[in-house]
Amino acid sequence: MPGTGGDRKPTILKPGSKAPDFTLKSTPDQSVSLRDFQGRPVVIAFYPADWSPVCSDQMGLYAQVMPEFKKFNAEVLGISVDGIWTHLAFAKDRRLNFPLLSDFEPKGAVSKAYGAYEAHVGESARALFVLDQKGIIRWSFLSPDGVNPGADGILSALEKLG
Amino acid sequence: MTQDYKAPRLTLPVGERDHFEGPPDAPLVLLEYGDYQCPYCGAAYPIIKKVQTDLGERLRFVFRNFPITNSHPQAQWAAETAEAAAAQGRFWEMHDYLYENQPSLGDEAFFERFERKIKLDPTKLRRDVAQRVHSARIQEDYMSGIRSGVNGTPTFFINGLRYDGYPEFGPLVSALREAEKASGRS
Repeated sequence: MPGTGGDRKPTILKPGSKAPDFTLKSTPDQSVSLRDFQGRPVVIAFYPADWSPVCSDQMGLYAQVMPEFKKFNAEVLGISVDGIWTHLAFAKDRRLNFPLLSDFEPKGAVSKAYGAYEAHVGESARALFVLDQKGIIRWSFLSPDGVNPGADGILSALEKLG
Repeated sequence: MTQDYKAPRLTLPVGERDHFEGPPDAPLVLLEYGDYQCPYCGAAYPIIKKVQTDLGERLRFVFRNFPITNSHPQAQWAAETAEAAAAQGRFWEMHDYLYENQPSLGDEAFFERFERKIKLDPTKLRRDVAQRVHSARIQEDYMSGIRSGVNGTPTFFINGLRYDGYPEFGPLVSALREAEKASGRS
């Protein structure tokens, strides 16, 4: 059962499990469901918060790398507990070309379903999941605190989907 | 944690194609993936100089391009300019000049100033940049960074392993000294 477990580190879903479906807001009047992307690989990037003060934070990096993800026909979804208005401003500033989804209400519910919620800070952990065309998790990775995991693991996982 | 964390490794080893300062057989190799318009790289520039002074002949410093073009409109131009200078044997002069003049990137008058400071053929340089002669090399640097786990700028690799500490003098030198001990060549 995914969750925060007895210790403070999240226990993320492992490869082989079916990725839990979800529906989250991407804009004030639009929602995105995981099942919308059946038939394509999906990259889900949970991350703690918008607006971290570095050049090319993780989401900005994925926007830059998007042409490489598109080679696999992969969809990329960013998820944090930030509200939808923060997401819109952040996405515009970083020129993001993929949806940012708001895991705001109930707070962290989708993150929890993936075992990617840091309950003691009330934010998602930096956890990556690569799903195949049938919605099965084929690769997952939990980044240590404060470390931006980059795109290399995602690209390697997408290559292995075949 | 569900897995042991290992820092990512450089996928494209340092070689003939690279720009480096310091002896080729130095026990320590510090490699930076950088963007000339990135303020954090600008802040790291004097720190790296200090690290180079501190470690002397024990350190080889390598620079590779990682322009964050969707946030930094002058980053690609700056990278092309540095690579065009490299083609005339003036890479490090131009690399240093770009970081020392970050606020002037993209300024026409900037060209006037560097022609006086760095010995090269400015017409050839401008033509190379305008025709994007070196864009393939920059793209090769960039993709090698993506594949190696570069996650923003600046990203450092010490002896081929990504450095995840603070880009400050103290932590960098400590990490380099640790790497030297680990390689058994201290």
